[in-house]
Amino acid sequence: MLKLLSNLLGRTPIGWLQLSHNRTRMLAAIFGVAFANVLVFVQLGIIGAFNTSIKMTYKPFIADIIISSSNANTFSDGSSISRRYMYQSLSNPDIEAAAAVYVGLLSWNMPNGKAASMQVYGIPPESMAFIESSLRESMARITLQNTLLIDSKTRGLDKQTLSTLLDSNKSIEMNNIALTLAGTVVIGSGFGADGTLFVSDQTFLRLFPKQEGGTPSHILLKTKSNNNSADMLSSIVNNLRVSLGNDDIQVHSIDERINDDVTYQMTKRPVGVIFGFGVFIGVLVGVVIVYQVLSTDVADHLKEYATFKSMGYENRFFYSVITEQAVLLGCIGFIPGSLLAMLIYALMTMATGLPVSMEWSRMFIVLFGTIIACMISGFIATRRLKSADPAELF
Amino acid sequence: MNSENAPIIVKNLDYWFGEGEAKKQALFDINLDIHTGSLTALMGPSGSGKTTLLTLMACLRTLQCGSVRLLGNELFAMTEQQQVIIRRKLGFIFQAHNLHESLSALENVLMGLQVHGGGDPQKQKKAARHVLSILGLSERIDYLPMNLSGGQKQRVAIARALVANPQVIFADEPTAALDKDSGRQVVEIIKKLGTQRRTTTLMVTHDNRILDLADRIITMEDGAIVSDEKT
Repeated sequence: MLKLLSNLLGRTPIGWLQLSHNRTRMLAAIFGVAFANVLVFVQLGIIGAFNTSIKMTYKPFIADIIISSSNANTFSDGSSISRRYMYQSLSNPDIEAAAAVYVGLLSWNMPNGKAASMQVYGIPPESMAFIESSLRESMARITLQNTLLIDSKTRGLDKQTLSTLLDSNKSIEMNNIALTLAGTVVIGSGFGADGTLFVSDQTFLRLFPKQEGGTPSHILLKTKSNNNSADMLSSIVNNLRVSLGNDDIQVHSIDERINDDVTYQMTKRPVGVIFGFGVFIGVLVGVVIVYQVLSTDVADHLKEYATFKSMGYENRFFYSVITEQAVLLGCIGFIPGSLLAMLIYALMTMATGLPVSMEWSRMFIVLFGTIIACMISGFIATRRLKSADPAELF
Repeated sequence: MNSENAPIIVKNLDYWFGEGEAKKQALFDINLDIHTGSLTALMGPSGSGKTTLLTLMACLRTLQCGSVRLLGNELFAMTEQQQVIIRRKLGFIFQAHNLHESLSALENVLMGLQVHGGGDPQKQKKAARHVLSILGLSERIDYLPMNLSGGQKQRVAIARALVANPQVIFADEPTAALDKDSGRQVVEIIKKLGTQRRTTTLMVTHDNRILDLADRIITMEDGAIVSDEKT
């Protein structure tokens, strides 16, 4: 370590020697950086899970374009829209197929006594081409009325309860309708619901009697296979906007819609803003802890720094020593911080079922951010160097 | 020796501390030349102004009035950057050794060389080891200051001041923390190296036991020079 730093810096690595000389202080600083890292990682992990859960709502579907109500900010909210837009869209020569999707939310009292909020998707059986291929086989089982597929990762639904439900062929009661469990799919719970149910459009309309068949939640469109370039898709979307021409609806490519949904939920909904603020607080805590450690270290070594000043060392030398300390603290503190965060992610996933997982890109960003934050702390701490007056040594 | 070539020339130097009503004059019209290779002792009671004079001559304080020429450079109105450059030609020995606690004896001495930038690290280490061995510390080069005695620490500080062959050494009570024998030994080393390398040394001291080693003794009282004797 010492040799590596000496070669890197081209001088005696005073920063490292100073840090490692006072082990207690160094451990406290590393703990501080690790703690700040954990705070940031947890917030980012929740934000990541939030993002994933938003995208997860679109994942079961394959489509190029989506038509939704103009007041639908997410896949789960907004008014219903007239099915006539589906037929109008089909008259567009670039559109190959269309499907009406019904989205609703219901509460289910599970046999194990727990209650779950379930996101329900109603799909016409003839529109299976719009279902993601891995789910398609299971979906074929919901063509019969009053059958459903349930997300096996539903929060609170234990394996035993699920296997009992599957084996006993007992009916499940939801919204006063007796339903038969036809199988499972694997989706995962999110922030808006504990799990997902798939039913046919007819079953959906029985479950939600206020919903009219002629007014689905969204209309999914597939373009002809030779029209799948981004520019072409954009042009088709624009054509549809003009041809459908109604302020009550919005037409987007599916990717555009997902991005808009994520942006809306991250920036306009309190939950996104709160977690974003949490990241800021984590960074702030890290900056304060590292500043406190570095500024105490500077204060404790003022005489030595003043001696170096008298010898002809310039301010940039002191800045480099403090930066060296800051970067080392950031890098070393990051290791336990990220390991602890991974453990917390695993515990959070186990406890909540949320898709909280570590990503390389996140690790890199947090490491980079930690180093920058530590350098900012170091830069602030250098203000104390002004007190190092060599004339006071005599 | 022609006084114009002296490494330190002080003319009409006055200095004040504080401002307004609290302003107090610490030095009164100081004039002196310090000659090359000499060991000069600066004596006087506490508060007589000797340390203030030393810090002004050593480019550690900004001049207010008068002139100090150090190694041919006028210190009056000198910029901070110019001060830094000239300090690299000087050696400082403090009453407290001021060694860096986390650096070994060798690393502390190396700091006296690395300030000049660049240089072959192996040659620098060789030079630092050499100076430490002259000072009788070849067995202690890897020791941290906390594992050295008071005399050994002071010798490391001297090695740090001498390693880069400074033209002038400013020493402030270098023997204050040492016993009689160690104190004398330290000053003898400074004098010996000064003679060998033509290094000029200016030393503030209260220690009468080492005065016989000085070439010149300047005594100050109340901010003025009251006697200037060659020994």
